[in-house]
Amino acid sequence: MNFGEFVRWRHARGALVVQPRMGFADPTLMRAGLLATRQADAATVGTITLDSYTRVGDLDAAGHALRQGIALNGYPIVNHPVDTTRAVLDGVLAEDFPVQVRHGSARPLDIFAALIRAGLHATEGGPVSYCLPYGRTPLAESVANWAAACELLLTTRQDGVEPHLETFGGCMLGQLCPPSELVAISVLEALFFHRMGLRSISVSYAQQTNPAQDLEAVTALRRLCAELLPGADTHVVVYAYMGLAPRTPAGARRLFAEAVRLAVAGGAQRLIVKTVAEAYRIPTIAENVAALEHAAATARAMPRPADPAASGGQVYREARAIVEAVLDGAPDLGRAIVLAFRRGLLDVPYCIHPDNAGRSRSHLDEDGTLRWTRLGNLPLGGLAELRPRDPVGSTELLSALSYTQRTFDAPHLKEV
Amino acid sequence: MTSTARLDPHPAASRDGHPTAVVSSMASDAHTWNLVFLQLLVEELGFEVTNLGPCVPDRLLVEQCRIRRPALVVLSSVNGHGYQDGLRVIGQLRGAAGLAGMPIVLGGKLGVSGEHRAERVAELRDAGFDAVYDDRPDAIESFRRFVAGRVAVGRP
Repeated sequence: MNFGEFVRWRHARGALVVQPRMGFADPTLMRAGLLATRQADAATVGTITLDSYTRVGDLDAAGHALRQGIALNGYPIVNHPVDTTRAVLDGVLAEDFPVQVRHGSARPLDIFAALIRAGLHATEGGPVSYCLPYGRTPLAESVANWAAACELLLTTRQDGVEPHLETFGGCMLGQLCPPSELVAISVLEALFFHRMGLRSISVSYAQQTNPAQDLEAVTALRRLCAELLPGADTHVVVYAYMGLAPRTPAGARRLFAEAVRLAVAGGAQRLIVKTVAEAYRIPTIAENVAALEHAAATARAMPRPADPAASGGQVYREARAIVEAVLDGAPDLGRAIVLAFRRGLLDVPYCIHPDNAGRSRSHLDEDGTLRWTRLGNLPLGGLAELRPRDPVGSTELLSALSYTQRTFDAPHLKEV
Repeated sequence: MTSTARLDPHPAASRDGHPTAVVSSMASDAHTWNLVFLQLLVEELGFEVTNLGPCVPDRLLVEQCRIRRPALVVLSSVNGHGYQDGLRVIGQLRGAAGLAGMPIVLGGKLGVSGEHRAERVAELRDAGFDAVYDDRPDAIESFRRFVAGRVAVGRP
């Protein structure tokens, strides 16, 4: 079984698969983290999250940190010898415990080569989602890099395994992007992977700020995959809220339970959890395990809908319009994506990358619904309901960014 | 907050007379929201802002500061590498011709753990930052006071 098959198999038997974002520089700790994930009382898959130097390809800085004993915020898979990584995985990676490498790189070739050498074949990202929010790599270069990385990953089929790729497009900037554009980018990246030859693909969506709108988004994602990727083995992965987490443990637990509810009600097969410590620092292994077990227990206590929603409503209509407009731009999808950003058919609010048009704007309603306030050249004229407003200032931005923290902390503030 | 920096007597001003500022992350930090927020904040303090965005290589940061000669440089780091990235970058900025006296501040989550905060801040200040804000609730207010007290003097 590969990563995708395993997730769908566990889900078909009633479990929501849960996954941490864990990554440690020290191989012993990394191995302990994977073992603890595997042994948690939950249907889990493992994670090796890489450090930020490896993400940007600064292998000298990663090497320097390793030699000097300077703390890294993840596992430097390219710098560690392949035998070290194989030893980390030995007796951990198994048919019933696939491991995914998480990175965030717009230049992922070295990372893909390293994970393949170590015997792994599941990772994530995408030409848009690991480029625009995270650096200065030109989009066209990221598209070319990701095409080459897909080709490299396909070589693992020689070993009889089916590689798996997950889109990160549903998590763009984590916050304040209206869900329809998140869904559209996630689907476009999945189509990109599929056209490159991948057959096992998952599509992501990050919990935003309004449960009803989030449910529409996850439904839209499932529907668009069924319509546009009928031949692929796909599943949906929900990310627990990625922005500022509540400061109270009770508030954080309620927020993360909401993420579980979204995954279960939306028919998603996998959930990336967050920990209550996240608001302060990088969480420990024990905190990760607690988050996995809490999510799994919450999911078990929650009945699955007999007949999950199928329409996706307004989010579906907008996402479909964006995807179609992008696909119409050029026969080659990589080229079509680059053109779409140049023309503003894709335009992510608040994204400061030079290749993002930066003419669209969004706003949080009182009930947490994300609305468009300016469309720029997004192909949503006549379709999206516009709420024109004055430009957002720093105080209002901070207020929008802390909406979730404030809302979920409010009932528990005596704890602080 | 006290500072040892000398103000550039002739900081670059934009065409409409506003002092200019550079907002930037450092090479390994991919976070964006801190930079979007800081751009709005520094604009509201009266500056014209160039936002270099996330994952800015050292060389580009130094080059942009030399070309633009801003009245203020605001570096932000929230990925836990701020301490080591900051030490490296401030050495290069202070060592570059003409940048020795430029007001440069650093703020964010500077380490992967909450330990040794005071030592980190002191070391970064000694290395050449005019002010360092290590994820405290009053960080924004201190930063406003720093800007009002030091950089405003240089306005035309």
